[in-house]
Amino acid sequence: MAGPAERPPPHRVRDGDFVVLRRQDVFKAVQVQRRKKVIFEKQWFYLDNVIGHSYGTTFEVSSGGSLLPKKKVEETSTETKEAGTDNRNIIDDGKSQKLTQDDIKALKDKGIKGEEIVQQLIENSTTFRDKTEFAQDKYIKKKKKKYEAIITVVKPSTRILSIMYYAREPGKINHLRYDTLAQMLTLGNIRAGNKMIVVETCAGLVLGAVMERMGGFGSIIQMYPGGGPVRAATACFGFPESFFNSLYEFPLSKVDSLLAGTFSSETLPSEPKDSVSVEESNGALDEKQTSLQEAEEESIAEVVVDSNDAEDQETMEVGTEDPEYKDSKDKTQEKQRKQEEQRKREIEASALLNEKNADGLIVASRFHPTPLLLSLLEFVAPSRPFVVYCQYKEPLLECYTKLREKGGVINLKVSETWLRSYQVLPDRSHPKLIMSGGGGYLLSGITVVTDNLKADGSTLESQKTEEPSSKKRRVQETQC
Amino acid sequence: MSFVEYEDLIKDGDTAIVFLGHGSMFPVRVQAGGQTQTKYGVIRHSADLIGKRFGAKVTCSKGGWVYVLHPTPELWTVNLPHRTQILYSTDISLITMMLELKPGSVVCESGTGSGSLSHALLRTIAPTGHLYTVEFHQQRAEKAMEEFRAHKVDHLVTVRNQDVCKNGFGVTHAADAVFLDIPSPWEAVGHANAALRAEGGRLCSFSPCIEQVQRTCRALAEHGFTEVHTLEILLQAYNVRTVNLPVPDLGKGAAADAADAPSDAAADSGPPPPGVAQFKSGVPLREMVGHTGYLTFATKN
Repeated sequence: MAGPAERPPPHRVRDGDFVVLRRQDVFKAVQVQRRKKVIFEKQWFYLDNVIGHSYGTTFEVSSGGSLLPKKKVEETSTETKEAGTDNRNIIDDGKSQKLTQDDIKALKDKGIKGEEIVQQLIENSTTFRDKTEFAQDKYIKKKKKKYEAIITVVKPSTRILSIMYYAREPGKINHLRYDTLAQMLTLGNIRAGNKMIVVETCAGLVLGAVMERMGGFGSIIQMYPGGGPVRAATACFGFPESFFNSLYEFPLSKVDSLLAGTFSSETLPSEPKDSVSVEESNGALDEKQTSLQEAEEESIAEVVVDSNDAEDQETMEVGTEDPEYKDSKDKTQEKQRKQEEQRKREIEASALLNEKNADGLIVASRFHPTPLLLSLLEFVAPSRPFVVYCQYKEPLLECYTKLREKGGVINLKVSETWLRSYQVLPDRSHPKLIMSGGGGYLLSGITVVTDNLKADGSTLESQKTEEPSSKKRRVQETQC
Repeated sequence: MSFVEYEDLIKDGDTAIVFLGHGSMFPVRVQAGGQTQTKYGVIRHSADLIGKRFGAKVTCSKGGWVYVLHPTPELWTVNLPHRTQILYSTDISLITMMLELKPGSVVCESGTGSGSLSHALLRTIAPTGHLYTVEFHQQRAEKAMEEFRAHKVDHLVTVRNQDVCKNGFGVTHAADAVFLDIPSPWEAVGHANAALRAEGGRLCSFSPCIEQVQRTCRALAEHGFTEVHTLEILLQAYNVRTVNLPVPDLGKGAAADAADAPSDAAADSGPPPPGVAQFKSGVPLREMVGHTGYLTFATKN
């Protein structure tokens, strides 16, 4: 097995790296490029200066959009400063701040450092000294958050990207909260050496999470709807090239033919990729979904790695300089080469699936889970875990029932996790005010060998497999 | 079998999970000539297990049957012999992701306890990572090493029998991540800092009480850790049930009653008894785990 024995990449940011910017608890994924303007939290800047610094370095935005590394500031020790004990004499007359909005704007326009603006605000607040120590603390924190633009450059990881997506683009990942994703990776026993089947419409985030946990060992077959797999989030991980050698993709629309044994490479498209699904669509619905997905793909790319547009335009301009006929000829050849490559990979993927010995199945999509499970579990070996995510509980209840009827699975569980975060400060510890209302539901289980009584007719088999489930139901009821 | 690699067939010396149904299961060490008693009768290892496929249905002497499963850290967690309180998979999942563990990661852990988390860590960091785990209780340390050997993961782990608060993890500037599950984690934060790579890493501390968390957070700040977050994760499990609710008799005629109420809800799930509305529900368990511990995460830069 071609193991990624290479040492982890150097711990310094290089040109072209995929990185994540962090300001407080807000994240944004970008690719480092020289002279590329990045907009983050209402500020624009260039990333040129971050190159060569180690990951985790903190920067401050200065005028002209350059980032300057910020040394650790010793927290201005709140020595024996003046502070009130309660707020009985603090009156909200709206006049406690002596600086006007215009004054503050003037300070900002002068390019005065954020820290100094905060200091000025404190000095010009008539009530600051009367506030309790805790209230002063809170006031400073709030002002710092607003005026001190401190940005940390961190390495992408499932942790950071899944938190980022849940906060910024929950719709793109079907509201899969990061703790739910964490459960999926564990329940699915994702690890190096596995042969995994992944179905996701989560922008490639779930795929990336699985790839990270497998570290380039083993293989992954991604089953995609429409014209091709979406991997906008996968790109943000910045995986080495070697991780993609054993990443295969196979169209969901050909699963039935593969299971029926009628799949052949000849059914592959000879048309350009985009028109595949249109060609095969049964009606307007499919077309709509495809275009929806394409739109999704585009907007993700835009959100996550935005301001790439300038680059794209440049390359396009270069393209149009070429004589037109040559250009189109090259493109056709390129297209054919890509199609041939895609065809080859699809055949390889179909062979891997046909072995029916996958080590697990992970599903997290906007589709109804039941048909996916009933078909795709055929490709999974016995005694292997599977996990299905759904934003809603009801489809999983149906899926649970159908799987029980079909048999070949045990230890079925429907679950949900709740995540609560805490503020921990001296004498001020409590759960945070806001917690997430819903991060989706999971159905998990383990495959087992099915009774090989197919010759005896299906009725007998279904009776047999139903037997334990009815037994189980009785026992559960008596337990309660 | 191994805890870090799937194999198809059961062989002598393996640990296998015998699944009885209703979520009830137990582990067995497979031994030629060995026997295991279940409520469905005896399982003879040589005849019933060795050479069979993981996931196969095994018929026991009284005619009942069980499934035999390939071990995973998650199955081990619910079946292992307790020597201490253990961490369960819900917390383990979050710990693994938030510590950014993956193949090749070097992790320090203390205490080893019953090895529930250790097995999950080893699964994730194999085949190129390493786990340094510290347990001050000699018997527990030895027992853990024994299990790692039996589960064929001992090449990935070093167990040290020492006090982490006094003597640290036994490695310096080597770890990508540190996990603490000890009564006084704040006393080990300095050692954790030393164990983490110079270029940085992640830390997690598990504590049941908020006072422990407060002291730990203070120690983390003093040692220059950033991104300090305290989280709690709870698992809500659902029983899938078909529920029948009686339709009240409001004095309508019997014919109108049957036609009205239950029709749409029960359309596809068989005919419910008359006067009853039927639906599928995910019913929460009557009791759920309300608290295991607070998980405090931090970054060393």
